[in-house]
Amino acid sequence: MTSLDTPVAPATDPQDERLAAPQGIGGNIRAAARRVRDGDLGMLPVVAGIVVIWTIFQALNQTFLSSTNLVNLSFDMVPLGVIALGIVCVLLAGQIDLSVGSVSGVSAATTAVVMVRYEQPMVLAILVAVASGCLIGWIYGQAFNRFGVPSFVVTLGGLLAFLGAQLWLLRGQNAINIPYDSALVKFAQVWFVPGWLSYLLAVAAAGGFLAVGWARSLRRRRAGLFSSSVQWLLAQSLLLLAVLLFAVYYLNRTRGVSWMFVLFVALVLGVHYTLGHTRFGRSIYAVGGNAEAARRAGIDVPRVYTSAFVMCSGLAALGGILFASRLAAANQSTGTADVNLNAIAAAVIGGTSLFGGRGSAFAALLGVLVIQSISSGLTLLNLDSSYRFMITGAVLLVAVALDSAARRSRRAHGRG
Amino acid sequence: MTASAPRAATDAVLSLRGICKQFGAVAALTDIDLDVAAGEVVAVVGDNGAGKSTLVKVLSGVYTPDAGTILFRGEEVRLDSPAAAHDMGIATVYQDLALCENLDVKANLFLGQELRPWMLDDVAMEKDSWRLLRELSAKIPTLDVPVAALSGGQRQTVAIARSLLGNPEVILLDEPTAALGVAQTAEVLDLIERLRENGLGVVMISHNMEDVRAVADRVAVLRLGRNNGVFDAADVSSEDVVAAITGAADNVVARRAARRAAPRTEKEVP
Ligand SMILES: Nc1ncnc2c1ncn2[C@@H]1O[C@H](COP(=O)(O)OP(=O)(O)OP(=O)(O)O)[C@@H](O)[C@H]1O
Ligand SMILES: [Mg+2]
Repeated sequence: MTSLDTPVAPATDPQDERLAAPQGIGGNIRAAARRVRDGDLGMLPVVAGIVVIWTIFQALNQTFLSSTNLVNLSFDMVPLGVIALGIVCVLLAGQIDLSVGSVSGVSAATTAVVMVRYEQPMVLAILVAVASGCLIGWIYGQAFNRFGVPSFVVTLGGLLAFLGAQLWLLRGQNAINIPYDSALVKFAQVWFVPGWLSYLLAVAAAGGFLAVGWARSLRRRRAGLFSSSVQWLLAQSLLLLAVLLFAVYYLNRTRGVSWMFVLFVALVLGVHYTLGHTRFGRSIYAVGGNAEAARRAGIDVPRVYTSAFVMCSGLAALGGILFASRLAAANQSTGTADVNLNAIAAAVIGGTSLFGGRGSAFAALLGVLVIQSISSGLTLLNLDSSYRFMITGAVLLVAVALDSAARRSRRAHGRG
Repeated sequence: MTASAPRAATDAVLSLRGICKQFGAVAALTDIDLDVAAGEVVAVVGDNGAGKSTLVKVLSGVYTPDAGTILFRGEEVRLDSPAAAHDMGIATVYQDLALCENLDVKANLFLGQELRPWMLDDVAMEKDSWRLLRELSAKIPTLDVPVAALSGGQRQTVAIARSLLGNPEVILLDEPTAALGVAQTAEVLDLIERLRENGLGVVMISHNMEDVRAVADRVAVLRLGRNNGVFDAADVSSEDVVAAITGAADNVVARRAARRAAPRTEKEVP
């Protein structure tokens, strides 16, 4: 601890006297507040949105924030969240995929057909479905790169084509039921992390956050670079630990933390690492920001586009499988209706820019929490889908307006 | 290809022979020859629209020429992508800088050549970034801001710093000092001289005759997309270069100079 606290002789970067380096916890909070005012909103609007939405629904219906309902929420948000995670990837590359709903539907149908109609092992069914999803993304990439068809047109075509494929696979059957005793259904209904392990995971997550931050801080100090204060890091880790422990405790009052939710968080962390800490991820941001500059920097831009489409369709396929497992069936309406727009809305509400090059994997997690909370709250109030569509549409509009306004403000305050 | 090269530089790292580039009806480059030797600074000058940036982009793999050959170290090469030129050791500072505004300074500096591709080494990259920027006496307060937050001159410095990464053999600078202050301009001219001492070939495009005469060994003039003479920087006068750029001894620059000189001589007479 002392090794981090003692200031090392001149840190390399804050040499320019115009630069105000944040000091202590108060300084860090003030710096964060200034960033928000300048339009560098980050996660703030979505977190504020969640607080507002939860307060309203709790006031309208006392069961909304009950442990039982939140456990259900933690299940229901996963399929859509996985799809939104893929949307984040294409949006970052400056493209769009309007067909994720159909792709998830066709993937759900594929899984059910392979598993039930052809009686093949579950793992094979999942592999076939996800591989088909990736293939679809690859085809989108080729159409975009080779023929220059704008991505919204290619994927709009895909929307219709794969809806057709889904209906063809089901061949007039309304639904194919997946047996209740299969691991696929149990995973989405009854498999929970044991209580002790869920607390352990929470502590491990906060500890991991602290350890990574600490190691980074040490390395930066050794290299003579500026690093933010230890108190700030400790405060963040403790806050994270408190939030996680409370969440785990609260969920464990009834059924607990589902493995399906753990899978989602693991996927988010994996995508976060890929986007933020690999050359490949950097190239996605670069292409979304300025494709020509990326090309001149030697980046294989077409390959980046193809990878983004493949990631998106692959994750959409996985989301479809999770839809099927949650429902214990694949039917004609899996992935239809509002799935497409909800997934895109979740990514944008979470803070991913529609203009490319800006956003993060956590956008999918927080955004889908907003969308699913609205849906769950309205269901509890016995309001049908007509209200859900209208309210989700309005929230999406607000999020996009906020994105555009923040973009203008960033321009004015020089934050890109 | 032209029958005889104007100057068969045996030590040329980079040679162009008969390069042509057409944009629709516009012949941006016609039959261009150019040689750059190791440890030599070649200035390319010409009017607006003369084809200088197009020439740079042909050399950096952004445009593929319609005709002509490019020789690198005496061997014919195809520069069909920026990546190919980069791998060969040709680094470029573009006139429009080509930076990603959403990425921060260090991400831009290392774009496409990040250290440890599967676990980015941010600390090492940041250290290297500071070293490079110090070398150029860059006035950039922090590396954490997106490039959109930088001034025009700061961005230009970032673009120049980026070209120095990865030990290139030839550096192409398209108006590198256009947006720079006096101190930074001097710094960049010093840098160009250092690059020459280190045996790199430098192609510099500039509209500033003083800068050109300060650092260039040879001055190649482009006019309307064609070669219009190569001069030895040591013994050519600015007037001759201007005449070659504009295509006539009686040009607007000369007339203006004469006009400004006239009143002063009148005053001296009485
Ligand atoms: N991408 C393009 N498409 C069509 N025409 C182009 C393109 N790029 C350049 N040109 C044309 O080629 C000619 C040469 O342009 P270039 O940019 O090489 O000029 P330049 O010498 O760099 O001028 P400046 O001093 O203004 O930078 C111009 O007539 C321009 O209109
Ligand atoms: Mg130019």
